[in-house]
Amino acid sequence: MGIVSSGFMGRRKREVPGLPPGQYVTEGFPVLSAGPTPKIDRDEWVFTFTSDNGNSRHWNWNGFMSLPQEDIDVDLHCVTSWSKLGTHWRGVPVDALFTHVETDAQFALFHCYGGYTTNLPLRDVLGGKAWIAHQFDGEDLEPEHGGPARLLVPHLYLWKSAKWVQGLELIPEDRPGFWESRGYHLHGDPWREERYG
Amino acid sequence: MSGMWRVADVVGVHEETTTARTIRLRLPEPVRFLAGQHVDVRLTAPDGYQAVRSYSVAGATPPDSLEITVDELPDGEVSPYLVRDLAVGDQLEVRGPVGGWFVWRPEETSPVQLVGGGSGVVPLMAMVRAHAMAGHPAPFRLLYSVRAPESVFFRSELETLARDDTFDVTYVYTRRAPDGEPVGRLDAATLAANVLNSGSDPAVYVCGATGFVEAVSGWLVELGHSPDRIKTERYGGVGGAS
Repeated sequence: MGIVSSGFMGRRKREVPGLPPGQYVTEGFPVLSAGPTPKIDRDEWVFTFTSDNGNSRHWNWNGFMSLPQEDIDVDLHCVTSWSKLGTHWRGVPVDALFTHVETDAQFALFHCYGGYTTNLPLRDVLGGKAWIAHQFDGEDLEPEHGGPARLLVPHLYLWKSAKWVQGLELIPEDRPGFWESRGYHLHGDPWREERYG
Repeated sequence: MSGMWRVADVVGVHEETTTARTIRLRLPEPVRFLAGQHVDVRLTAPDGYQAVRSYSVAGATPPDSLEITVDELPDGEVSPYLVRDLAVGDQLEVRGPVGGWFVWRPEETSPVQLVGGGSGVVPLMAMVRAHAMAGHPAPFRLLYSVRAPESVFFRSELETLARDDTFDVTYVYTRRAPDGEPVGRLDAATLAANVLNSGSDPAVYVCGATGFVEAVSGWLVELGHSPDRIKTERYGGVGGAS
């Protein structure tokens, strides 16, 4: 237990099921991003999958929408300490991008419009753990929240759920992405409070 | 190191406005600070309940002191305690400073344009102070959007610093202005008239509420500023710093 502030009572619920350590619940949906919001039309949107052997596959919006779609109900946890519980999304499971892909790679680097990147072990994005999401609460995803499409990796801190995602690159060895090379944790598990590197 | 909690002494408090105060903290060891970084503050209630919030650092005094400026959110859990109850002699737990993106380093030589909305001015003030402390020759401009004259943080210091040729501050009053000055929300035309031209390729830092940052950064891109020269930090309403 830390230094006790005798005048501080705190007003939030003490025990919230599903809330990782050091987090509090917000009803809003705060926006955090590093620069201007890119404005990308679905007509020009392309998602590129680059394998570790150099081969690449591309989906335009229509091709992407013809992939399997799932409804996703998950909690979100931001490294800045807020959590938003019970959010509703729709998107393509990352597993669906791996059909007919054979690889020994164990890591992926996701690329975004605007230059942002984030690194993830494949074990954290396959097996129904991550999606490329394009709807939030039944509506098309707003640009400020990452539309047309963002990565959604709800079991890790939200900076891993990269906005404006446009590519997945398989990499043989883990290497830090944008925030990970600027002081944030390489992995980012909220239940282990992997906030800073 | 930035991941460790350290106990800081509250060595000074200063009321910026009726709802905001600057808290000076002394850490147990020297602090490495880049202008624009934030710290996490952890409070523990007598029953063991803990709450953590992030606050931008307004400035640092080497070797071991930092200032945070906290605006009270009416429905906030932590900020009312920090603004109303915390006193000199109290202690807080602090993690950081952290953040390596929304920062200004004195090694950088470009002109700098800062655009702040409300309490979004806090990390920008750290940059203004670092620029002044370094006697840095690059032009620095601050465009500060604020509700009313009495809502301005750091006013007397900003006015003093603005006597220097390398620094200028422009206020945009959104609700009420001093006599003879215009009132109204920042718009594209006012922004264009008061920021460094994109031709000088300034580094631009924008901080404020989400709507403010979205609008300002969009207008800056339309004015010809390259998106990769614009760094943003957003206070997302209820989420950012309650």
